[in-house]
Order: sequence, then structure tokens, then C-alpha cells
Amino acid sequence: MRIPVESYHLPNGLHVVLSEDHTAPIVAVNLWYHVGSANERLERTGFAHLFEHMLFQGSANVEANEHFELVQRAGGTLNGSTWLDRTNYYETVPSHQIALALWLEADRMGRMLPGLTQQKLDTQRDVVKNERRWSVDNQPYGTWWERLPALCFPEQHPFHHSLIGSMEHLTDASLDDVADFFRTYYTPDNAVITVAGDFDRTEIIRLIEEYYGPIPRGAPRPPLRDMTVPPTFGDTRRTVVPDAVALPRLFVICRTPVFGSNGYYAASLAAAVLGLRTGCRLEQSLVRKQRIASQASAFTYDLAKGSDLLVVDATAHVDVTPEQLEGAVLAELDLMHEHGVTDAEVQRARALIETSFVTSMQSAAERADQLSRFATYFGDATLINEQVARYGATTTAAVSALARERLGPDNRALLMFVPTDEHPSAEHAEMAEAGV
Amino acid sequence: MTDTLASNTPDAVQDAMPAAPPRPGAGTPSDYRFPHFSTRILANGLRLIVANVPAYPIVTTLAVIEAGATRDPRDYEGLAQLTTRALAEGTRDMNALELTSRLEMLGTTLDTGADWDSAIVQITALSSRIDDAVAVLSEVLRYPAFPESELERMRGERLADLAQLRAEPRGLSDVFFSRLLYKPESRFARLAGGDEQSIMRLTREHVQAYHAEFYRPDATALMMVGDIDVEHAVKLASAHFGDWTGKAPPVTEPVDTQRFPEPRVHLVHKPDAPQSEVRVGHVAIPRLHEDYFPVVVMNAILGGLFSSRLNLNLREVHAYTYGAHSAFDWRRAASPFEISTAVETAVTADALREIALEFVRIREAPVSEAELSLATSYLVGVFPIRFETTAEVAGGLANVEIFRLPTNYFDTYRDRVKAVTAQDVLRVAQTHLDPSRLQVIVVGDATAIRPTVEALSLGPVTVYDPADDDVAAAPVSSSSAS
Repeated sequence: MRIPVESYHLPNGLHVVLSEDHTAPIVAVNLWYHVGSANERLERTGFAHLFEHMLFQGSANVEANEHFELVQRAGGTLNGSTWLDRTNYYETVPSHQIALALWLEADRMGRMLPGLTQQKLDTQRDVVKNERRWSVDNQPYGTWWERLPALCFPEQHPFHHSLIGSMEHLTDASLDDVADFFRTYYTPDNAVITVAGDFDRTEIIRLIEEYYGPIPRGAPRPPLRDMTVPPTFGDTRRTVVPDAVALPRLFVICRTPVFGSNGYYAASLAAAVLGLRTGCRLEQSLVRKQRIASQASAFTYDLAKGSDLLVVDATAHVDVTPEQLEGAVLAELDLMHEHGVTDAEVQRARALIETSFVTSMQSAAERADQLSRFATYFGDATLINEQVARYGATTTAAVSALARERLGPDNRALLMFVPTDEHPSAEHAEMAEAGV
Repeated sequence: MTDTLASNTPDAVQDAMPAAPPRPGAGTPSDYRFPHFSTRILANGLRLIVANVPAYPIVTTLAVIEAGATRDPRDYEGLAQLTTRALAEGTRDMNALELTSRLEMLGTTLDTGADWDSAIVQITALSSRIDDAVAVLSEVLRYPAFPESELERMRGERLADLAQLRAEPRGLSDVFFSRLLYKPESRFARLAGGDEQSIMRLTREHVQAYHAEFYRPDATALMMVGDIDVEHAVKLASAHFGDWTGKAPPVTEPVDTQRFPEPRVHLVHKPDAPQSEVRVGHVAIPRLHEDYFPVVVMNAILGGLFSSRLNLNLREVHAYTYGAHSAFDWRRAASPFEISTAVETAVTADALREIALEFVRIREAPVSEAELSLATSYLVGVFPIRFETTAEVAGGLANVEIFRLPTNYFDTYRDRVKAVTAQDVLRVAQTHLDPSRLQVIVVGDATAIRPTVEALSLGPVTVYDPADDDVAAAPVSSSSAS
């Protein structure tokens, strides 16, 4: 299987990636802007995500919410998402509606500000606050994904603060902030546009030139604060969070090599040996044999700068204490750290990853998103076709070496959620946070 | 107040703004057909449905068995789901670990599950490994070992799931909605996966007997979709399922009448909850129904689309919520219609008032031409996007089997949607949405929201504790709103 890739830049710096496939009369448009919560000012946490909402609120030639309506009326699906280091916007439409999708994205890249009003900002601010209540505050363990980066990256580091942001900072966000952010980061030279699926090549190149060519290049962007962190934490650090949960749940995080590096593929395979599907170590040992965990998995965050993170996520069984859960999870990490992995384990992990990759490539939206990702992080969308080979070239010895270097007690951050009833005092959490 | 930004934007930026090319129209639509499929029936009654979709080197094989949760015996709820999940825990000659290793070394995983109407066992593998994958699938369906120790573990995991469910506002609201919606004797009033009492009654003998009775070739349909031709699929199915014998008993449908014939409000008390999880609805029509298409269009307009009345009202106009939706939870019996949202505690009554208003409004006047065309053109246009992957096509074919849809269902789908008129939408809203039976479930801080919710007069208010087992038998307090 080979994904076709053609790539070029417009004079204004816009990176264009085309991937033609006429299997079905469907085409996906996907834009990655190289901006995320990492680019926020520390007194405006949550702003990159609030901005993503604002980009659906219309532009010079599109009314509020009309973007959604026009794409859905065209028979398309769409959304956007914000991450630590990028924000993406995408739609999949019937192929005869491709011009509309390209035009809508161009109108907001080139002409967002005339559509902006205080009322729209006030509404979206409240929508985002409700998103925060729904996905974080009123959800058992809901704070894990903002606590985890905070635990793993030092204060002031671009990945440290909350992506969804604080209620106070969201309240403080102004129209000027929106305009500044737009002018600084939503420029063609800070974006990748990928079109994947059923299109006419000549027509697409012409439409992209017509719609995006006149949009001016942006001014130089402020540099990110220093992303560099040591390869390991240097110790085992702990945070205990009493929460309205039924069962203790533990996250153990290790710093690992950044996405795309050779070490990343070793870390990704190590995570799969530990915690992908049923045949992995955590499931076989913690869930099945010892019956200490009711679920256990492991994955990598896939961060391309600073440091990636390998995350183990295990929920206790009924009547298992936080201490028992922690002991059993750390014992598995110790085992892999000290004795490495086997050929059969790596082979299993590679086979599962390959099938998942091929399966996901059936979706035009997924192909487009992955092409944008490689183009954004590495300037080279063709890397999509090297992924299976990169996993194949990563040896058992390399995975074992990664485990030896990165999964030991000198590189672990523990985030433990415990039922509030068992730990009624906040004192416990503060003491625990000091670590051992 | 709408203070546009242009007034305080430096002129330089305005000048730099490139002129807009005109908004483009649509091009010429390309032909699309749902993938062609062939149906073969083996001598033992097993139905094989094959669609050759060769774009990527993978095949999805999906078995649908008439062994859904509606077949659970009373007080043994959870048996169908336990049986399905336990299929992958070992066969006559492979223990659980050997089975897992065999599949995962092939790069694949067996996905199993049971919904109300059927059990589903699914496997997606590279086409080069399909023969081995189907061989394992056959062993799992026909010769599961159901080891006692694994069943014991799975019962324990279900207890952990239940503990999690009861701590989780979204899950809790879904649980209370289905329990309060149907009559207590209905299978639908109890959890599909079983509760703490029923789970502990499920022995290995029950699981074996259930499998022996319902996992039969004449109650099984096998979809094979992807990089495989019909001859190859028939050869594999015959080799691995051809000598499977036995007959399953006929399907009987469960009681599907609504519990309360009058409107009611049920508050599940979570002190200090920052949000209220809201579910509003009633028992509606079964999936196979002559009004299905106008009902789907009506729902898209009311709460199915981002630009639906409910979402625009609650999210974009009032900013009460991150999202508001409506849906039918389709099953073969009368299915729930359900509006769902989560709103800040302080605006719970305001949100309920707007929901009730939209529910009534769509029954009072025809939808606008713009609303109708948005819904129909969306449903027509998105149709090919719904079937991009082998798993999606297999799932679509499975629905034809499960709900007994006509075989030309996919080929006529878009014409049926296009034919829906505003009058049809009004008629089905009046026929199938019924304010006189509307049930409101809110999981939130009942103390804080009760006075304002009660003042809406949406029905008598009952307050429950989240731990209540038989929710109707043990309300914390009850009162009638006048």
C-alpha cells in the first residue's frame, strides 16, 4: 500500500499537499495551523482552543455558523481540534463540492476579522466554559489530561499549562486578543493544506492558487519559549488527586524521544508491548493474572518537540487499594526496564500497528490529517509512506534499550486518582505531591 | 450589542485583506453506488453476504447472531453480553492466551459485543491473512471453552464497570433514562449488561446453555467486505461453517410499552454538581417503520445536525451548553427518542424550557424550506462518506440483517430521503413525538434546580438517589406539580 503524495508551496508560504484517490466520490480538505496551546501567553491559557471556536463564527463572506451549515448542506462532515502544538480544521465532502470547502477555508484564513463581534466572543466563551464543565469538571478523572502535562513539563514550559484553560483566563480574553492571535498565527506560511481523495489535479491546483494565492504572508512569529527538557525526570514524582470517582486510577508517565525520531518508534513499540490490546503485558498480568486492574493500557502522546511522553493508564479492580495498584504497575515497568522485551512481543506489536495503520488509511479524512501532520512537523508529507518500514526497522534490542534508558525509577511521574471518601483531607494530596 | 472588530482594527490590516473570490457553486455530482454485494445461503441456513471492495489490502469479517440482550432470561440480565465477550476467552484447543497470541500475531483483534437485538463478532485483517483469521473466527463462534476462571474475572470486571457507571453523570443519566422509560417488566428497563445482582447469578452452565441454544447457523449472518472475491469468501465460509448444525428458536420481541403514560420529571441528586446532565424523551417507533425516512429528516432538523433547532437554540443563541442533540436509539422493538445535553446548573430550568418549546414547535408548523433542504441534502450527500471503510460497509450490511431491511435499502436510500416533504415532517412530528408522555431525567444538584424546574410544570417531580436500585420503588421524595 502506497499513499500518493504531491507537495508544493505557494509564494506566500502555504504548504500544499495533494493525494489523489478515486475509490469513492469523496474528498477531504484538512488544514493544520502550526499553533496550539504552547503558543499561548501564560495569562491567556485556553485561548488557542477558544480561538478555534471563533474560527467557526464566520468571516467576511460567511455568516456566524454558516460554515457548518454550508458544509452540511453540501453533504459534508466537518470539525476542528486544538492540541498542544497545532490546531486542525477539516471537512470531508462529496467531490463535486470541493470548491466550496476550499473557498470556506480560504475566506477564514484570509478574511476572518470582519466577521468578528463581541457578542460572538461572549457566546463562544460560555460554550467553551460549558465544554470545560462537561469534559473536565463534571467527569470522573476528567482533569487527567490537564494534570498530566503539568506534571511532566516544568512551569513556564510551553506544554505545562492547561489546554482547555482556566475559567478566569477565558473570561479575560478580548476581541483584541482574537485579532492579534489571528494575525500572528493564522497565516498561509504557518499552515499546511491537504486535499485527499477524488479530485481533478489541474482544477485543484488552479482553485488553490485562486483562493489562497492572494492571502499575504504573515509577519515573523514570536519564538516559542524554550522547549528543551532533560531526557528523564531524574526521579519518581507523585501527585495524588482525591476525586468523585469509584475506583483508584493511576497514570505513570515517562519522558521518551520525540515523535519522528528513531527512539520514538522504539518507545511506541515499548508502549504497545506494555499496553496495546489484549496480548500486552499489562492486560495479561494486571487484568487477567493478578486481577488487580479492571483496565490497563499504554500509549505515547506523539509530541514532536521538547519530549514525547509514554503513558501507562490503569484503573484498579473493586476492593484494590491505590498502593496495591501502584505496586503492581511499577513492578511491570521495573521488569521491562531491567530485562527488556522479546522478539515475539515486538513482532505482535508491529503486526497490530501495521493493520491499524492500513485500516485507518481507508478514510480520506484520516489520510489527509496524517499527511498534514508530517508536512507540519517535518516539512515532508511523504513520510506517511515510511511509517510501516520505520517500525519494521526498529529492532528488539532497540526497544529493550529504550526501556532501559527511559522506563526506570529515575523517569517516572505518577498521577493517582483516589475516591474522595477514602481521602477526605486535602492535606494528603499536598503531602503526596512533595514526592519521595 | 454587536461591536464589530473593524472599528478598532488598524487600517493597515484592512488594506492588506485580500479581495474575496465569489462563493463557488457545486460541480456535477459523480455517480455513487453502495458497494455491490452478493448473498449466499449455506445448506445449514447460515447467510453469507460478500462485498468486494478492493481499494485497500484488508478484509472485515463480521458475524451477526440472533443472540442479543433481549434474549436474556428475567433476572439473568447480562447473559448475552457475558457470553459474547467470553467467546474470545479460549476454544476447544486454545486457551485465552494462545487465542489472543494467535490473533494478535496476525495483526488483528476479535471485537465482540451484544446490543439489544443481536450479538456481533468482528475481525479486520490484512487480506493476506484472511484465511487464518476466518479459521479462528469459526473456532470462536462454534467451539468456545468458556473457562470458569475467565468468567469469574469478567463478572468482576462488570462489577467494576457498574461502579464506574454510577459515579459518572453521563452514564448515570443514560441508565436512569432507560430504566424509567419502559415498564419495569420490560427487558429494556434493565441494563443490557446486567446489574450487580443478575451478574452474580450467571454461571458457566448458563453461558454454555445460552451459547448452545442461540449460536446456531440459521441464526447467523456473516458479512465479508474488502479485498476478497465472492468465490474465495464462499470457499472460506463453506470450509469453516459448512458442517455447523442445529436450529435456533424463533425470536420473540420484548415488552416495549412506556412506564408512565403521563409526563414526569425525574431528578437524580448529585450534590454540588457543576452541570446538569439532561435527557428528555419517550418511547417512539421501531426501526423498521413506514415513516422511518420522514422521521430521520425530522430528527435532523430538530436535533440531529449541528445547525439543528436544539443546538442553535441551546448552544449558539443561549450558550447554555457545549452541545444539544436528539436521536432515536434504534432497535427492532419500539425505540427511545431522546434529547440529550449537559448544561450549567444555574440554567437547567431555562434549558428545559427551551427544549420543551422546540419539542412542541416542530409539531405546530411545517419546517421551513431551508431547514428541509439542509437536512435532506446533508443526508443524501453524506451517504457515501458513511461507507468509506470495510468496517462501515460491513456494519451497514449487518443493519440490513438485524433490522430486516429490504435488500434494495441502500440503493433507494437517497431517493427516499429526497422525497420527504415539509408536510411529511409535520405529520410524523405530530404522530411520533408526544408531549403528553414526555419524560425528563436530570442528573444534577436536585436541591438547587428543583424549585425552578418544578415551576415549569413539566409533570410531577420525583427525586432519586444515584444509588437507588429499583428507581421507582425508592424515591427520596416525591411531589406533584400542579
